[in-house]
Amino acid sequence: MERIVLCRRSFLLGLGLTAAGLAVGATPRALAAAAKDPVLEEHPEVFVQVAESGQVSIVCQRSEMGQGVRSSIPALIADELGADPSRVTIVQADGDKKYGDQDTDGSQSIRGQYETLRRIGAAVRMMLIAAAAHRWRVPVATCVAHDHAVFHPASKRSLAFGALASEAARLPVPLRDAIVLRPLAELKTRGKILPLVDGPAIVTGRAIYGADVRLPNMLTAVIARPPVVGGSVARYDAARTLAVPGVRRVVELAAPARPFGFKPLGGLAVVADGTWAAMRGRAALDVSWNGGDNASYDSALYREELSRSLRDGPSRVVRRTGDAAAALASAAKLVVAEYHTPHLAHATMEPLVAVARVEGGACEVWCPTQDPQGARAEVASALGLREEQVTVHVTLLGGGFGRKSKPDFIVEAALVARAVGAPVRVQWTREDDLQHDYYHSTSAQRLVAGLDAAGAITAWHHRVAFPSISSTFKGATAPSDGELQQGVTDLPLAIPNVLVEPCEAHGKTRIGWLRSVANTYHAFAVQSFIDELAHARGKDPLDNLLDVLGPDRVVSLEELGVAKLPNYGQPLTAHPIDTGRHRRVLLRAAELAGWRERGQRGRALGIAVHRSFLTYVAAVVSVKDSPAGIVVDEAWIVADAGTIVNVERVETQLQGAVVFALGHALLGEITMKAGATVESNYRDYRVLRVGQVPRAIHAEVVASDGRPGGIGEPGVPPVAPALANAVFALTGARVRALPIARTLRVA
Amino acid sequence: MTIHLRMNGESCALDVDPEMPLLWAIRDVLGLTGTKYGCGQALCGACTIHIDGEAVRACVTPVRRADGRSVTTIEGLSSDGSHPLQRAWVEVATPQCGYCQPGQIMAAAALLAKKPKPTDAEIDESMCGNICRCGTYVRIRAAVKKAAGL
Repeated sequence: MERIVLCRRSFLLGLGLTAAGLAVGATPRALAAAAKDPVLEEHPEVFVQVAESGQVSIVCQRSEMGQGVRSSIPALIADELGADPSRVTIVQADGDKKYGDQDTDGSQSIRGQYETLRRIGAAVRMMLIAAAAHRWRVPVATCVAHDHAVFHPASKRSLAFGALASEAARLPVPLRDAIVLRPLAELKTRGKILPLVDGPAIVTGRAIYGADVRLPNMLTAVIARPPVVGGSVARYDAARTLAVPGVRRVVELAAPARPFGFKPLGGLAVVADGTWAAMRGRAALDVSWNGGDNASYDSALYREELSRSLRDGPSRVVRRTGDAAAALASAAKLVVAEYHTPHLAHATMEPLVAVARVEGGACEVWCPTQDPQGARAEVASALGLREEQVTVHVTLLGGGFGRKSKPDFIVEAALVARAVGAPVRVQWTREDDLQHDYYHSTSAQRLVAGLDAAGAITAWHHRVAFPSISSTFKGATAPSDGELQQGVTDLPLAIPNVLVEPCEAHGKTRIGWLRSVANTYHAFAVQSFIDELAHARGKDPLDNLLDVLGPDRVVSLEELGVAKLPNYGQPLTAHPIDTGRHRRVLLRAAELAGWRERGQRGRALGIAVHRSFLTYVAAVVSVKDSPAGIVVDEAWIVADAGTIVNVERVETQLQGAVVFALGHALLGEITMKAGATVESNYRDYRVLRVGQVPRAIHAEVVASDGRPGGIGEPGVPPVAPALANAVFALTGARVRALPIARTLRVA
Repeated sequence: MTIHLRMNGESCALDVDPEMPLLWAIRDVLGLTGTKYGCGQALCGACTIHIDGEAVRACVTPVRRADGRSVTTIEGLSSDGSHPLQRAWVEVATPQCGYCQPGQIMAAAALLAKKPKPTDAEIDESMCGNICRCGTYVRIRAAVKKAAGL
């Protein structure tokens, strides 16, 4: 195997030099391969630099959107390295393939690279130790590194990292397989509360988000976009707009061809000296639009279309064990339910925004993006540039939830900046944000179970219909395997006859991924239906749920009756479906919530469990009546996510997930009429406010040294069904359509 | 028309359209970016500032309304993050993405100035105009109480 040996003097001593430029002894082919799919731990210089002053710079190559990556990733690398956290500077990476995968999506910042991050820190530690051992002429194995220095305990000598930097720079990087991680007990961050690195900047207003970037001579643009996806400008007159003081230009942007993918929606960009002038200029536009193919989309009618699709039959069978049709035909009792969930919007607190400068055949953008490499590729493609001519700087994200993975807004800024020949900030308003989202899919699901005379469940038949995310990107007309594995094909069921069938559904707007993605509506339907089965069987909902999951075991593909599972990109051998972990989080949540005592305490509780992104989460929700309607007064959430890096951020993610999920389940709904979004601001797209949030949200993480699972998303899916099941316990009314505010009063 | 006001303790003359929302004067003209845009319609509270100590939504407040008055933004709450609310916010590790938090803190500061020991109901009532999409509300309540010494 060819090894790339890099001269590390420059990277360890200096900032801002690229590794590829310093390569010696590497063939061009090896370099190209390394650039395409780098073995990150063999290029620790990309992530860690030690200055002679002792200051250590550590790169965070994932985007910070509240999940705490900037407080977790550098801390983990520093811990392996043995660095003093107070002497570490965190550097936010631009979009560049040398950092490996930077897509901050799929809850994978830790689960996808936990060991890699540790090996990066360990590689630099080993090089510093090797430099010290060489200087002292002692065996490497007799030296240790901690507290920002290398020590030789036998002779009581030590050398600070900074004093070793230039010598370490001349040594080879250890091969990946030779890198030795610290024993877990040596990690000082393990189980500790780590500092929130951006906390002080946030609370003083100094933190820089997308809209806070300022360039000399920067103009501001606000864009009027076609109300219907796929629509275009029919005619316009910019005279009144151009008469608004401060407005400079109106730039027409082309409407995209199908599939819409990440392309901007087109429209008219009003470019002005400042935000207010741009907003006023847009309001003064005289424009009419062509509607295009989606101009008849009506989400209320579409609900019926999805129901019809469930009845008309499946596009294919994705899961089969036994003979569900025969078992249902001979069942003593059938339980049937159809569930509906609406479109949702991301509604990040920071509306979309991007700053771009196009100069001298190069483009530079500053933006709150979850996927800087994707943004780089899209901007390059839209401007006809090579990716090397595009620089993407990542600011803090004022929320992401998947919306800021889609770079349409960044491409807009690049196009407008090029058109006007000046740096431009494209600012989305809240109305733009809600009306031009990549919406969470709307879904319909029909579940049928057969019970025998003794009440045992003999058959399970699940049909799902929802427009796929792939409808936006490939024109797909049925759910994908990746979506179906999110709570449908990967669901453990101790039921002998199982049939799962996705049904046809055509996308009529842009469908995208929103935190937890298809898990949210699948878990709502499945965990609500299992609760319905508990009542049909006369069993306690927790006992029934444990019974449906079956005994502790690793569930095989054969048992599931599926050919394969994407399993969030991980092999089932490394991350099996383990019902023992479902059971343990359920029992712990039930214990914390006083599930068995709920009758005596007069509490209406609902419970649910769901595995997603390789993490197991159980939720219990308590509801009560009030003069103003239903109130959620307390919630418990327990996660088994394997190894945890930053337990405090994990708990806060789980608490946040409860609020996010409760808000959607109680109030969240995007409706569409004549192809356009009806809701326009937080007035009609309602999200939870402080008074609607439980007084206490108890979050607990199972202690584990297992392989890490995701955290940002897995907390969401079990919450809505736990809430719906609690509402049933309180009122006897079964929630089969979200949001709950459609049918019940919500305080 | 020139608007004269005190901005974070310093006198300041703004030569802008008097109808311009104070938010854009603060952000685009004065370059103070701690005050955030979230909705433009006084629905989310991300732009909360103080005028003569009262919490107002800068996104719907014309600049002229600040004429002759004293405006405080998050940057003016303290020069170094030493305000009890800012300290409590960090100690409780309240923020997630952080975007709404300057507005939350300014709303809380106006509350504590009037009611140094607020009840839960008073906190909920006075903070209900400030949305946090990350769902940090439980910690917001905890931080307000900590700052209030409750």
